[in-house]
Amino acid sequence: MIPELGHFALVLALVLALVQAVVPMIGANRNRFALMAVGRPAAQGQFFFILVSYVCLTWAFIQSDFSVQLAASNSHSATPLMYKITGVWGNHEGSLLLWAMSLSLWTVAVTVFSRHLPEAFVARVLGVLGWVSAGFLSFLLVTSNPFDRLLPGAGEGRDLNPLLQDPGMIIHPPLLYMGYVGFSVAFAFAIAALLSGRMDAAWARWSRPWTTVAWVFLTVGIAVGSGWAYYELGWGGWWFWDPVENASFMPWLLGTALMHSLAVTEKRGAFRSWTVLLAISAFSMSLLGTFIVRSGVITSVHAFATDPKRGLFILALLVIVIGVSLLLYAWRAPRLGGGGSFSFVSRETALLGNNVLLSVASASVLLGTMYPLFLDALGMGKISVGPPYFEAVFIPLMTPVVVLMMFGPFLRWKDDDLLAAVRKVVPAFIASVAIGVGTAFALDHVTWRTVLGLALAAWVVLASIQLLAGRFTERAGAAMGARLRSITAAWWGMWLAHLGVGVFIIGVTLVGSLNANLDVKMQDGQRAELAGYTFTFRGVQDANGPNYDAARATIDVSRGERTIATLKPEKRLYLAQGMPMTEAAIDIGPFRDVYVSLGEQVSDGTWIVSIYYKPFISWVWLGCLLMALGGVFAVADRRYRRLAAREAAVATNQRLA
Amino acid sequence: MLADGFVKTLRALALAALFAASLPVTAQQPAADPGLAPAVAADPQLEADVQELSHKLRCLVCQNQSIAESNAPLAVDLRNQVREQLASGRSKGDVVDYLVARYGDFVLYEPPVKGTTLLLWGGPALLLMGGAGWLAYRLQRRSRELAATAGLSTAERQRARELLAGNASSSPESPESRS
Amino acid sequence: MKAKFLVPLILFFALAGFLAFGLTLNPREVPSPLIDKPAPAFRLARLDDPASTFALEEMRGQVWLLNVWASWCVACRQEHPLLVRMAGQKLVPVVGLNYKEVRGDGAINARGMALEAETAMAVERARRWLADHGNPYVLSVLDIDGRVGIDFGVYGVPETFLIDAEGRIRYKHIGPITPDSLQQVILPKIEELRRAG
Repeated sequence: MIPELGHFALVLALVLALVQAVVPMIGANRNRFALMAVGRPAAQGQFFFILVSYVCLTWAFIQSDFSVQLAASNSHSATPLMYKITGVWGNHEGSLLLWAMSLSLWTVAVTVFSRHLPEAFVARVLGVLGWVSAGFLSFLLVTSNPFDRLLPGAGEGRDLNPLLQDPGMIIHPPLLYMGYVGFSVAFAFAIAALLSGRMDAAWARWSRPWTTVAWVFLTVGIAVGSGWAYYELGWGGWWFWDPVENASFMPWLLGTALMHSLAVTEKRGAFRSWTVLLAISAFSMSLLGTFIVRSGVITSVHAFATDPKRGLFILALLVIVIGVSLLLYAWRAPRLGGGGSFSFVSRETALLGNNVLLSVASASVLLGTMYPLFLDALGMGKISVGPPYFEAVFIPLMTPVVVLMMFGPFLRWKDDDLLAAVRKVVPAFIASVAIGVGTAFALDHVTWRTVLGLALAAWVVLASIQLLAGRFTERAGAAMGARLRSITAAWWGMWLAHLGVGVFIIGVTLVGSLNANLDVKMQDGQRAELAGYTFTFRGVQDANGPNYDAARATIDVSRGERTIATLKPEKRLYLAQGMPMTEAAIDIGPFRDVYVSLGEQVSDGTWIVSIYYKPFISWVWLGCLLMALGGVFAVADRRYRRLAAREAAVATNQRLA
Repeated sequence: MLADGFVKTLRALALAALFAASLPVTAQQPAADPGLAPAVAADPQLEADVQELSHKLRCLVCQNQSIAESNAPLAVDLRNQVREQLASGRSKGDVVDYLVARYGDFVLYEPPVKGTTLLLWGGPALLLMGGAGWLAYRLQRRSRELAATAGLSTAERQRARELLAGNASSSPESPESRS
Repeated sequence: MKAKFLVPLILFFALAGFLAFGLTLNPREVPSPLIDKPAPAFRLARLDDPASTFALEEMRGQVWLLNVWASWCVACRQEHPLLVRMAGQKLVPVVGLNYKEVRGDGAINARGMALEAETAMAVERARRWLADHGNPYVLSVLDIDGRVGIDFGVYGVPETFLIDAEGRIRYKHIGPITPDSLQQVILPKIEELRRAG
């Protein structure tokens, strides 16, 4: 009964999505306020029904209703409650419903926070979002119905994939979806601007907070996913350039370019067609990612079970949404106009360079991900493109981005003197190179990557300090408090986010260069030594869980005299699927992780233990967190709220008039 | 300015040295200590080589993992092959050739550089040059437009910069009339 | 000026075209680089008489199939009746390569097992399975550790190789042989090779 209710709610949601897609657009074209006003309630109603549908599906999982096909394949009566709830999105249909719900949530947010925007504009935005939503809801209903029944119902479910029965599963997918689905708002804003033929600084200012918030979600979502892989897979890897990972990374790269491009369009009116194209591309990459995961065209550890019919449907969705957008772009973008002019040496140029570089980086990742398909389709053989390729290509591309990232803020808008600007940064630049080389020597690890990584990180840190000092001394003579207050939240946001990149680079470089690993056969009382730490094996006990059997080892970790931690790695066997899993034990520290993984039992009492030393790995995620925090600061800038209030007053007056 | 930079460099180097000293160096397992657990690998250097090579080879029965990461039977078999061959003195290139002869280019995660992959390896550089070229072209056009329209003369521009930098001279030059 | 704005659309359609075609492909299938190359030589113990061996070159002069199988392989059971029927009709000689019979079975931990013990176990299991399901093979050889399999580029079971009279691999079939693939691909190729030879 409840699953059928959920199914019906989905149909109602589709109807409302279609209404939301069509009616406000017509209203905007004909300037009929009554039609435009349909947008908001339609969007909110749609969200209500999708939510009902989602709750019904979750109910089936919680109640272990194995007459619902999805619950039978992805849950088990003994699965812990938390993983019954999160198991809803651990499969194709459920995660697609989550996708639709995220989109709907963003749409509702637009309806709420858009009172200060012109009605016609909001109507068009909601219309675009309605079309995308209708597309996904149709996809759900036609090819991927989450509420399909399994008759007769299964006696017991097959349980959720053990790899997914983990706290990471609770946060990673929702955050990730809020991220790259969130770029749909920037996309809708861009399409609305193209449709209306008007694009000014106001449009850019409206788009910025939406884009930044989506970007923050995506940054955290990707970081959490990476952290999850790190502790889940048992050997400390944290990024694999897997097609699905790339599918989330490309929108991130383009989203970063978009944020910066919007800043220029707002402040200087320039880059309009670039910004629109970036907004379309970022969301297109999100859609492409959805296709890659679910169509079976490309192999990936993240791929869902595939079906060519589904692949075809998503491809059609992709072609319609992206094709129409790019057609609209080709038609209307030429009329958008140039905007403010700027000279060869200016901050605009630096940001344009940033746009180009990030787009090239994104295109390169796309090239690498798609190339095996290209060759296979052309009958020219079958190859694999993996981490060695991406690392070889990505690092050289991102190096100029990082250099420019810290040089740009030293440049003035519109016009600057190259020599003067360069002179400002030369000391920091030289110091960075010196630090890079010097530290690499001190660490006895002089490789290109180590030197480059450390030099870039030093560049970011030194230039950040210099920038901050510069802002501080700007109001020379004023009190400390006044000086601090003169630095806006937006500026802090930029500063923090850029610093976060530097912190990230430190983490990546040091863990890549200095990590150590030791695999030993241990018996009770035996020790192993790695990186100055001593690991003493204290035996293995049974530690069975609700839906698994496990062997848990106890290992004391000490450094010199001091005991640092007692780690308890486990080797589990999940009963329903008979799948073995390893649960690593990690001692997390600000400057290193000590990571221990339990292998197989070679003979009675002797176990293989894998020990890893990972210096500065937390800095990888700390850097991401700083970036996200920077984004939050940028959005929180009072400027938006002040302007929004002013615009709301104007809009209200217009409506009453 | 340079002195400032010099001091900064020294400070930074000192910090770097301090920080480097805090990082422990990787330790070797000393021999002949009964309390010390034996390494799984008889030869850690060989094992390190096996690991490094294994990260570049694809597990053919997995959903996109290297044979270093996977414990599928074929992955284990191939790792053993790699270990045996490296131990018998063959070079990494030989081992790679051996596997490619049997499984094709698909087994390599680092795509070989051949005719069909020229676009793959050259693509990013081409894109970068294309992007840079386009950028240069657009900026040239803009600055030509800027110069063509009315603007400050070079002298006026210089004066404006001086004023902005707070270095205004006591007697202002007479500004040329704007066209 | 306006044409450049169409570039993104054109690029996208090219990409979409590839993606559409990609839907018809199988990204996990590994094509064999050994086609038209000499089959790797081997000499392995025979299933019917483990004390004696059988070498690849003993099949010179014939067009034949090498079928990779194991008793633990579920998909092999799909093609087995077809192989038995083929043997009954004497269409083409089929030699079985029994692949990792003991250590390939997930339920058995063969670590530490002596080679003789593992071979004996493999012989017993394989013979029993063939007795139960029928024996379509001219003979079977035992690839206990899977090395010969690696030489042939085997990455899954079952796989079947078509080898010509000069000992060159002419075709590799991945997965169970189906009546369709037999009629439309394998038999015609065998005909062709026999006519040429």
